[in-house]
Amino acid sequence: MAPILEVKNLFKNYGSTEVLKDINVSIDEGDFLVLVGPSGCGKSTLLNCIAGLEPITGGDLFIGGQNMTNVSPKDRDIAMVFQSYALYPTMTVAKNITFGMKVRGIDQATQDAKLNQVATQLQIEPLLHRKPGQLSGGQRQRVAMGRALVRDPKLFLFDEPLSNLDAKLRVEMRTEIKSLHQRLGASMVYVTHDQIEAMTLATKIVVMKGGIIQQIGTPAEIYNRPANLFVADFMGSPAMNLIPAKTRMNGKGMLVEIDRKDGDPIVLTDTRNKDLPENVILGVRPEDIADAALGRAGETQEADCVIDIVEPAGADTFAVMQLGGKHVTARLHAETSALAGQAQRLTFDLGKVSYFEPETGLRLN
Amino acid sequence: MTRWLQDNMPKIVLAPSFIIVMVFVYGFIAWTAWVSLTRSRLMPRYEIDSFIQYERLAASPRFETAMVNLAIFGTLFIVIAMVLGLLLAILLDQKIRTEGAIRTIYLYPMALSMIVTGTAWKWILNPELGIEATVQGWGFAGFEFGWLVDPDKAIYTVVIAAIWQSSGFVMALFLAGLRSVDEEIIKAAQVDGIPTWRVYSAIIIPSMAPIFLSAFIVLAHLAIKSFDLVIALTGGGPGYATDLPATYMYAMAFSRGDIGQAASSAMVMMLVVFAIVVPYLYSELRTKDD
Amino acid sequence: MTDLSYNPSRGQSPATKMALRIVLYLLLGLFALFYLMPLFVMLTTSLKSLDEIRTGDLVSLPREVTFDAWRTAWSTACTGIQCEGVRPYFLNSLLIAIPAVMISTLVGALNGYVVAQWRFKGANIFFALMLFGCFIPFQVVLLPMARMLGIMGVAGTIPGLIFVHVIYGLGFTTLFFRNYYVSIPSELTKAAKVDGAGFFRIFWSIFLPLSLPIIVVTVIWQFTQIWNDFLFGVSFSQAGTQPVTVALNNIVNSTTGVKEYNVDMAAAIIAALPTLFVYVVAGKYFIRGLTAGSVKG
Repeated sequence: MAPILEVKNLFKNYGSTEVLKDINVSIDEGDFLVLVGPSGCGKSTLLNCIAGLEPITGGDLFIGGQNMTNVSPKDRDIAMVFQSYALYPTMTVAKNITFGMKVRGIDQATQDAKLNQVATQLQIEPLLHRKPGQLSGGQRQRVAMGRALVRDPKLFLFDEPLSNLDAKLRVEMRTEIKSLHQRLGASMVYVTHDQIEAMTLATKIVVMKGGIIQQIGTPAEIYNRPANLFVADFMGSPAMNLIPAKTRMNGKGMLVEIDRKDGDPIVLTDTRNKDLPENVILGVRPEDIADAALGRAGETQEADCVIDIVEPAGADTFAVMQLGGKHVTARLHAETSALAGQAQRLTFDLGKVSYFEPETGLRLN
Repeated sequence: MTRWLQDNMPKIVLAPSFIIVMVFVYGFIAWTAWVSLTRSRLMPRYEIDSFIQYERLAASPRFETAMVNLAIFGTLFIVIAMVLGLLLAILLDQKIRTEGAIRTIYLYPMALSMIVTGTAWKWILNPELGIEATVQGWGFAGFEFGWLVDPDKAIYTVVIAAIWQSSGFVMALFLAGLRSVDEEIIKAAQVDGIPTWRVYSAIIIPSMAPIFLSAFIVLAHLAIKSFDLVIALTGGGPGYATDLPATYMYAMAFSRGDIGQAASSAMVMMLVVFAIVVPYLYSELRTKDD
Repeated sequence: MTDLSYNPSRGQSPATKMALRIVLYLLLGLFALFYLMPLFVMLTTSLKSLDEIRTGDLVSLPREVTFDAWRTAWSTACTGIQCEGVRPYFLNSLLIAIPAVMISTLVGALNGYVVAQWRFKGANIFFALMLFGCFIPFQVVLLPMARMLGIMGVAGTIPGLIFVHVIYGLGFTTLFFRNYYVSIPSELTKAAKVDGAGFFRIFWSIFLPLSLPIIVVTVIWQFTQIWNDFLFGVSFSQAGTQPVTVALNNIVNSTTGVKEYNVDMAAAIIAALPTLFVYVVAGKYFIRGLTAGSVKG
């Protein structure tokens, strides 16, 4: 089956500045694609190009197998939810939702039926006769979703739809969008700068920076095997520890040596990787550094480290130390015995580490 | 075809206005500029003949009077209207209970035609039955106020009427500016124990620099374009003692039949306006584009 | 609100404060008198008989109120040769102002909508050119316009004056609407495009319903400008098509017969009434229009 969305060699320039460079992405029906990256990375521009709201400079764009490169937004069979919700301020909720159908000349009975269906689905029936100005942020968000749902399009586009909500509501709506996706089996493209949103919602993530795709993959792939230092640093919270290290081979395997200012270097043995360059950046997720005393399965190596700061966070306790000249964070058990200024025996899980080339930032293993 | 129409609709909608502006503003300016370089008299002629009209302007005592009048009128009008407007704005900013009513009173002259303003002040200032006669009637027999018919003073009556008309507007501008100053800065100053007058002179007024500029531009623009007020108040007289470039231009164009002089004096007016407005507009558009 | 009334650092006694307040109100009152005086003088003069005026007290109330001057001003005062009062000219002003206001507002709204929401290459240049047009002294277009109106066959007619007022009002109406629409998020237009609405549909269904305040501001601004115009009126009209400002000036300056100051004042008030009325009814929008053109928007 043809992919539901296919972007081929897409370029986008504003005057002489290139904002999107050679973008290639495709998703299948039912996929939830998240475009994630820091502000200015081009993710919203890419979404606008997919919607047809911005003309593209080069390349092709297919939706549902049809070439839509030069088709106007209304004929692309898409629906879009905007960051500011973009509800029509002078129309009631009901009129907002049915405006698209009215423009397309769909008969009143169908309009009413679809409106009711969507209103029930999103539980916004009591709001139908209000104006957007009388709604809370969360309610506006729902109405904006309703306006998209009622279209029943091939492709849903979301442009940072949760970024104007407060933290609690954002988590709620995130869950709701996910369940909606699962219920409808619809195909979605979703833009966010929030990597947690990306991880929780996506079936496929595109990480972008400076108008260039850094990595495409499932959330697990992105998280566990980041393609470069940028992705490693951007995805995950707290961020992956990126520690300068030296490697050399010996009989048992590859030795990884990390300098520290107080005491001898830590030397870890990695049996899975070999023959890496001498200077590398070692990437370790905070959860892969744990209390030795509390035990942990996997390919672990132990070392004593002096803890600088202890940050209890409820479910976990974060411990910060200095390794290889960097602040390194470990995600410890809530009941850890670690104390600031004292040494603690920690385990390093080398089964999940990443190695990066320091100059290019590219993944080595 | 429909797709093309759709895509180009914004341009199609703008096109008539664009053409109109190009013809009726820029094209007409070009026409006037061209004619100002010819020997046109009663009818326009199109053979360029150097700067003869500008030389005639420079040699004309009447135009010299008009330019001197513009300088006097413009300076006094702008300075006094700004000072008065700022003063009124600060007075009104002191939590006045009847602010709305007072503001309405200060500002209503701006709704009037300059012709009405001129007519009213012409009556008030006329020496036979106006203020002079009134004050004399109150027993001050020696009181004299004949500026309106005094060639050396008549231009000041134009200043008075213009200020009466426009100072309320300046007040409204400044009042809006005073109200837009960040309240936290003022609170911080009060906590620091800075006296009210210092809060105004050191914090609020300096932060209103853009509004001073706006007010200046608007007033300067009004001054240069002033035409109806002079016509209604003094008719340019006595003699041509209160002529401004605008009335000079009109006289040349429509009563003296000297199109060359009319065109060249109009060009001089435009250059004066542009010297003031262009830098302002340029900076406005630049900041707005961001 | 710049609240300087409470200032804990100043140890002023209540008496000093009271005195300051009194001085403040006194000053404000004096200025109010300055602004009101001409209107008061106009009104009382228009209600006096000529005999009473000749006794020469500007500020006294009329001993005997008479509306003769108003009647004369309205229907028999002479503007040069004709003696029909200001009535026909008042009508002319309405006939000029109403269509000119409507057309320039509508076109300005469309222009502003395009410049603010449908940006394309050159739209900003267009806007800059329009804005510039607002500032030119109209003297610079008087001569060619007189010829153009002649070529178009509308010289000295009311349609000719309507045309002139529309053209030179467009800059401001475009500016007003552009500054208003630019504050409306462009996502609204995008959402409507995805919903399938086209250029005019979006304007009609989404932007126009939002525009009431700016329409009021623009209409008031344009009406005031056109009603109060003298330069175009005096340059491009002829006997019978003059607007009321020109007629008023002619009445005041007509040299035939006795100088009837009361009639002059009555005619002046009549000429001022429509804009004064608008100002009193919708002062808020009037002020907004005045400041919109000059304060950074």
